Amino acid sequence: MSHHVVSRKVYLAIFLALMVLTVVTVAVAFVDLGVFNDIVMLTIAVTKAVLVILYFMHVKYSGKLTALTVIAGFFFFVVMILLIMMDYWTRGFVT
Amino acid sequence: MSDSASMLAHHFDDLDQQREASSLGMWLFLVTEIMFFGVLFCAYLIYRGANFAAFAEASHSLDIGLGAFNTAVLIGSSLTMALAVWSAQVGRRKATVWFLVLTIILGSVFLGVKVIEYSAKFEHHHVPGATFDWHAPYGDPVNQDGAEMFFNLYFAMTGLHAIHMVIGIAILAVLIIPAWQGKFTPEWHNPMECLGLYWHFVDIVWIFLFPLLYLIGRH
Amino acid sequence: MSTHAAELGSNYLTNGFSLKSWLLTKDHKRIAILYMISITFFFILGGLFAFAVRLELLTPAGDLMEADTYNRMFTMHGVVMIFFFLIPSIPAVLGNFLVPLMVGAKDLAFPKINLASWYVYNLAGIITLGAIFMGGVDTGWTFYTPFSTTYSNSYVVLTVVGLFINGFSSIFTGLNFIVTIHRMRAPGLTWFRLPLFIWGHYATSLIIMLGTPVIAITLALLAAERSLHLGIFDPALGGDPILFQHLFWFYSHPAVYIMILPSMGVISEIISAFARQKVFGYHFVAFASIAIAILGFLVWGHHLFVSGQSVYAGLVFSVLSMLVGVPSAVKVFNWTATMFKGSISRETPMLYALGFIGLFTIGGLTGVMLATLGFDVHVHDTYFVVAHFHYIMVGGAIMGYLGGIHFWWPKMTGRLYPEFWSKLSAGLVFIGFNLTFFPQFVLGYLGMPRRYWSYPDEFQVLNVLSTAGATVLGVGYVMPLFYLTYSLAFGRAAGDNPWGAYGLEWETTSPPPTENFHHQPVVTGEAYDYPSLEAKSV
Repeated sequence: MSHHVVSRKVYLAIFLALMVLTVVTVAVAFVDLGVFNDIVMLTIAVTKAVLVILYFMHVKYSGKLTALTVIAGFFFFVVMILLIMMDYWTRGFVT
Repeated sequence: MSDSASMLAHHFDDLDQQREASSLGMWLFLVTEIMFFGVLFCAYLIYRGANFAAFAEASHSLDIGLGAFNTAVLIGSSLTMALAVWSAQVGRRKATVWFLVLTIILGSVFLGVKVIEYSAKFEHHHVPGATFDWHAPYGDPVNQDGAEMFFNLYFAMTGLHAIHMVIGIAILAVLIIPAWQGKFTPEWHNPMECLGLYWHFVDIVWIFLFPLLYLIGRH
Repeated sequence: MSTHAAELGSNYLTNGFSLKSWLLTKDHKRIAILYMISITFFFILGGLFAFAVRLELLTPAGDLMEADTYNRMFTMHGVVMIFFFLIPSIPAVLGNFLVPLMVGAKDLAFPKINLASWYVYNLAGIITLGAIFMGGVDTGWTFYTPFSTTYSNSYVVLTVVGLFINGFSSIFTGLNFIVTIHRMRAPGLTWFRLPLFIWGHYATSLIIMLGTPVIAITLALLAAERSLHLGIFDPALGGDPILFQHLFWFYSHPAVYIMILPSMGVISEIISAFARQKVFGYHFVAFASIAIAILGFLVWGHHLFVSGQSVYAGLVFSVLSMLVGVPSAVKVFNWTATMFKGSISRETPMLYALGFIGLFTIGGLTGVMLATLGFDVHVHDTYFVVAHFHYIMVGGAIMGYLGGIHFWWPKMTGRLYPEFWSKLSAGLVFIGFNLTFFPQFVLGYLGMPRRYWSYPDEFQVLNVLSTAGATVLGVGYVMPLFYLTYSLAFGRAAGDNPWGAYGLEWETTSPPPTENFHHQPVVTGEAYDYPSLEAKSV
């Protein structure tokens, strides 16, 4: 089994997409969208991260186990944040 | 092919098994890295929620231009890293070396900008500790403690990220030698792949750090 | 060369005798032996600190040592035992030795990383020993802020650096196990043919990978706050000391499962071998390991019931904590069912396994009691908690470790241990353990707080019982050291499979050759197929 070689065009396209998204996130930061500022900012960051993971890190072309490993990692990270925040939200520490 | 066969460690059946093992191992290591940085993101989230005004003020004192420039540099370095791995995959020895060198240069530019930013913080007494001082034009002294907390997190997060960059650059430099010697072939280039994964991961961390630290309440 | 040498009787122990052949070995079996030596050293050290604690508590007055010295003693007992003995014990010794053998591989996936793990462990150990010799730590093994960051006058930073480094050795081991189990199983060895020992180690490795980095960075932040004034937990800057507790227990609660899951794996092997039965409900026991690993990450807040955590969070953590009881109970019931109608023989490993089931059940049930909010408020920070976790960690993890050492000793060394002495020591450990820790349940319920060097007179009888038990326990622990060493030279030759046990590790010679197997093993049957084994031999 020889593994998948991603073409240079794909890498270049992802690079351009990441650059554009960086410009967008800076631009959006200067526009007042209320609570949506944070949401847009995080959505863009997550999108960029997913692009890097899928293409630069080849997860799109790797087996299920790799995808599961990545998902498990982020899942437990989210578990940690949510359960800790559960305390802080209900304690009134974070408003 | 005989060259690649010598790269097979004695306890593996074939190169595929070896490659899959090293790639899974690297991914597992990256999972530990997610949790490692995750703690800091968690602390950031809590304290930002508790001191939003101070965090916004402190964030405004950061140089958004340098931050955005560094983001672009790091994304560029991810491209050159991906191309370095690609060159190894298709067996282009010289291209592999050149892309490794380019990645080192971009990584060093990032760290250089970081040094400029850090030294500005020392100058303005924005480094946490006894000398920390928060006043106009950066912000309101009322927010002194909250701003110091922001800079605690700023230095912890960007510092840890910078340490990862330094380690990454060191490994890049080490791998130039076997790359130059043509050790990496389309059949066997596990170290290049693993290093690529590491480098992209460090890039992802910065993709989150940049908006979280530099872009709080800019409007 | 290897097959020829193997026919001549060469094995991993006789493959080179120089110091260098040991210190630079990449053989997982030799690394396991190296780990065993280091871990035994730390076990004795931690035991000495425990002995000092028990000796001081013999009398109500603080007459043997100052309160401050006492604080250092119980802290170093905890630090050494948890980080340098319990967490690495079964994975790094038995796991290192057996995981490749049980999956039919020649070695772990990354032998160099495995060796590095041992060196990192020793480096961490030396740094921590350095802190101990300079005067020790007095924060408790939990390092709660702001005491550890601001007020303690002991060597916190050095200890924490040691533990930070030690984390890497755990991670190296866990990473190796996961990759080996995924990628290097022998032909025919499907996931549901794996021994439950492997499932236990797989689950433990998951916890190690997800939890260890969290404590590492948390302790690093603690050190940064103490030395650089980077005060993430500093209340003066609006920081929250409770955040430290959240992060600390995010790892340190699952760490209990790092200790107990491999031990449960050992118990499954021993019980089925000495009851000559298939493990009852194999799939349930296997999935219970994974369930414990995952649920283990959702319960840490029960350590914070009285720390100022919100009541709502307390309620949620209380309910989640009780859930862990389900897979744990599944295991206990299934082991019991495995023995039902089995032809049970009472060899030493089986004695430890039976002891484990009883003690772990007491430890687990008191754990459910402690997960109950109302009850916990009464006994929080009392000896009830001390007794509870010793029933899990000593009654569970160490019983499993000793049982496993006896069970696989013939495989590791090619020699049998002396029957009489080993049974005597197993008996002493069981009696001594209960005498030490059962009175502590009562003490805690009556209100004796932990971590105090003196106490009211009415608690003395129970404390004397406890100290007496600790002495018996100590004798029980020291005995194997002598008779196992003795057996290395004078023990009877064991043969390849002295217990008639099932599993790939018993199919190779004792001790195994460097390459583990003379021929690539192929698996054709289910795990623990003792009934068919018996049928064949009749």
